[in-house]
Amino acid sequence: MVDNSVVVEMRNISIEFPGVKALDGVDLTLRAGEIHSLLGENGAGKSTLIKALTGVYAIDGGTINVAGATRTFHGTADAQDAGVAPVYQEINLLPNLSVGENVMLGHEVRGKFGINWKATHEKARTYLKELGLDVDPRSLLASHSIAVQQLVAISRAVVIDCRLLVLDEPTSSLDRSEVDQLFAVMRRLRGRNVAILFVSHFLDQVYEISDTMTILRNGKLEGEYPINALNKKQLIEKMLGRELAELDSISRAATRKIDRTGEPILKVLALGRKGAIEPVDLDVFDGEVLGLAGLLGSGRTELARIIYGADHADHGAIQVRGEHVRFAKPRQAIDHRIAFSSEDRRAEGAIADLTVAENIVLGVQAKRGWIRRVGSAQQDQLIAQYMESLGIRPNNPNALLSTLSGGNQQKVLLARWLATAPQLLILDEPTRGIDVGAKAEIQRLVVDLAESGIGVIFISSELDEVMRLAQRIVVLRDHRKIGELKNSAKTGVDDIVAMIAKEGAA
Amino acid sequence: MTSWLKNLMKKRIMWPVGALVVLILVNVLYRPSFLKITVLDGRFYGSLMDILRNSAPLMLVSLGMCLVIATRGIDLSVGSQMAISGAVALTIISHSPTPNSLATVLGAIGVGVLITLLFGIWNGFLVALLGIQPIIATLVLWLAGRGIALLITGGFITTINSAPYKTIAQGNVLGFPVEFLIGLAAIIVVVLLVRRTALGVLTEAIGINPAASRLAGVRSRGIIWSLYGLSGLLAGVAGILYSSNIMAADSNAAGNGIELDAILAVVLGGTSLAGGKFTLGGTVVGVFIIQTLASTVTFLGVPSANVSVFKAAVVIVVVVSQAPMVRNWFGRQFRSSKTASPTATPVAMERTAA
Repeated sequence: MVDNSVVVEMRNISIEFPGVKALDGVDLTLRAGEIHSLLGENGAGKSTLIKALTGVYAIDGGTINVAGATRTFHGTADAQDAGVAPVYQEINLLPNLSVGENVMLGHEVRGKFGINWKATHEKARTYLKELGLDVDPRSLLASHSIAVQQLVAISRAVVIDCRLLVLDEPTSSLDRSEVDQLFAVMRRLRGRNVAILFVSHFLDQVYEISDTMTILRNGKLEGEYPINALNKKQLIEKMLGRELAELDSISRAATRKIDRTGEPILKVLALGRKGAIEPVDLDVFDGEVLGLAGLLGSGRTELARIIYGADHADHGAIQVRGEHVRFAKPRQAIDHRIAFSSEDRRAEGAIADLTVAENIVLGVQAKRGWIRRVGSAQQDQLIAQYMESLGIRPNNPNALLSTLSGGNQQKVLLARWLATAPQLLILDEPTRGIDVGAKAEIQRLVVDLAESGIGVIFISSELDEVMRLAQRIVVLRDHRKIGELKNSAKTGVDDIVAMIAKEGAA
Repeated sequence: MTSWLKNLMKKRIMWPVGALVVLILVNVLYRPSFLKITVLDGRFYGSLMDILRNSAPLMLVSLGMCLVIATRGIDLSVGSQMAISGAVALTIISHSPTPNSLATVLGAIGVGVLITLLFGIWNGFLVALLGIQPIIATLVLWLAGRGIALLITGGFITTINSAPYKTIAQGNVLGFPVEFLIGLAAIIVVVLLVRRTALGVLTEAIGINPAASRLAGVRSRGIIWSLYGLSGLLAGVAGILYSSNIMAADSNAAGNGIELDAILAVVLGGTSLAGGKFTLGGTVVGVFIIQTLASTVTFLGVPSANVSVFKAAVVIVVVVSQAPMVRNWFGRQFRSSKTASPTATPVAMERTAA
């Protein structure tokens, strides 16, 4: 093997966003000639850590050492000067230039009369050859597949002589043979003593290519392990976490008897969308919490969005209380008293610059249309009722939503939906990124709502949470439903983990 | 509404109101008669009355522009639409055997405004339904509109003699110019429409976060569509006012460049071009600033060729003062030195956006 000197050492890194601690004392050590995987569920802090490393975010605490010297990154240029070259999923190249021009951009061979294009392209060819890429440097970049373009982006790392390459989900749009090609290039770079940080949600690929892994959870460091120290099941457990139930009273909710004899609120038959989720059957009954479990990218959110009409289904059917319906847009689902709270609170839920009151009333108002404004008296009554029952803090309906903490914003969004009196509530990661106290309150609320007769589809990365709340759990993996289990005193997180980890059509 | 929120509203509108006050003071300083209003034959006369009267077309156009901008859009076609409604109305009147009958005039105005309403709906169709970028979608009519107007008038400047039509721009009711009263009525109607219904808050929701609004069930498409229609309708009325002023349909001059004045008025008033929160009150003040500025420039004897330089100076001040960097700098000057590092603000903003 090659020398294993430390290239980058991040110690005790903390980054705070308004209202939430995105990273809390995280360490990351990247060594020369090592492929290092960064693992964690969505929201665990992976991309935040990468953005700190590549200079996109300034860190609020901790130190970054590059080759032994402490560095402060004020921007991405600082990071690139230090030899950190990120290759992002969406590729930052110039598609209308040739491959060679892209590879050599800024490092063209110069002669007496300016740039010597012949020599430049020759040099590009040598660099590409070194990485085992047989691409004509004079061909137009845009004429190549995404995979090849990505490899060209990576080969730039050799030209600028970088010491650390950051690959953020590079395989997400590649097929198997392209992945093999990418891995071959990565191994060659490793041989040249480059440190590589690899992020992928395909765990099989992580095991295939990496030497070491660092696991994050909820913005905190779970640990650094050699790749062989954990098997896949242990890894999933570390990623998902197993919070011990401080919420025993809630856990009994999972075994509550549900009357499934009548007509379900929602029945989904072979509902699917190409590339998002393969046809799925499921149903939800009055007062039932149906959990959707699975790793990130397993199709949980995709399924929820299709049910709600946020995305179009290209297959299957939906029945609401036995009546066949088609949802081409959310509006139609809402008219059938179905509500959906998105996992991306900031982009798809909160109207940040409106007040808490306006946000709460928005759902009811949208339902009525703009002409019939909800009367002041009714508004005040709705606002008071939900701010009180959900315990929204600060207790000021005129505060802008953006000034509230994540947990309180989430409560406001729930209030928005509850005010529309839904019969079915789809909650996608309602407890992500909020503190433990608010988390418990929202779980409690879900239980209360279900007991009052509302059906709930509950999506969460945290299996403990799903086990605690749901009477039935649908398990998804690789955009497919791989099973469904009834929650009972005997079932545990292990059953789901085993189901997901079980070798199948990987 | 709590006093805290009222304070915030005051702050938002403080800038434009302050600018207007400064402008008026400058005028009073150079010509003490500026504020003087005389009564002659039961009518009010004076510089202020002129400003109020002349601001009406820009007022109508800016109110529509403000709402369109709130949806993250823009309507560049308003000037051309003014030309169209004027051309339609005057062509009808000039071909009518009874140009002096009230029915003819009302009918002509109705048809002219209806047609711009339809053109506004066309804009809305391009933006809301086809998803074309507003600046491009309305550029179509900006380009084509004057051509259409010239087509209607047969390439000539149509002139008419019609007493009722003349009254619109040059008549008086209760001592006030009719044109001003039309502008005032438009303000009242639009404010009631926006604030007494839920149109205002839903428009803001769409402008602030379109994706979240869609998931919350807001009928964004319909609302955006109607607002472009409203903008067309208001531009149509503005075109009637303009043509009544000169009693001619001058398709090249009508509303020429007014789209930029309207955008300026909206921005001056404190509504961001990024969309979302809007203030009609601020827009009204913005219109008065522009009109007072025009009057000041005329009075000071600045050659009309140089008027645009003055406007440019105002634009620079407004745009620069709205830039985040400058705002943060101002914020830092007013913040006590013991607060956290000043650079934290822009970084945090970027993060929330990311």
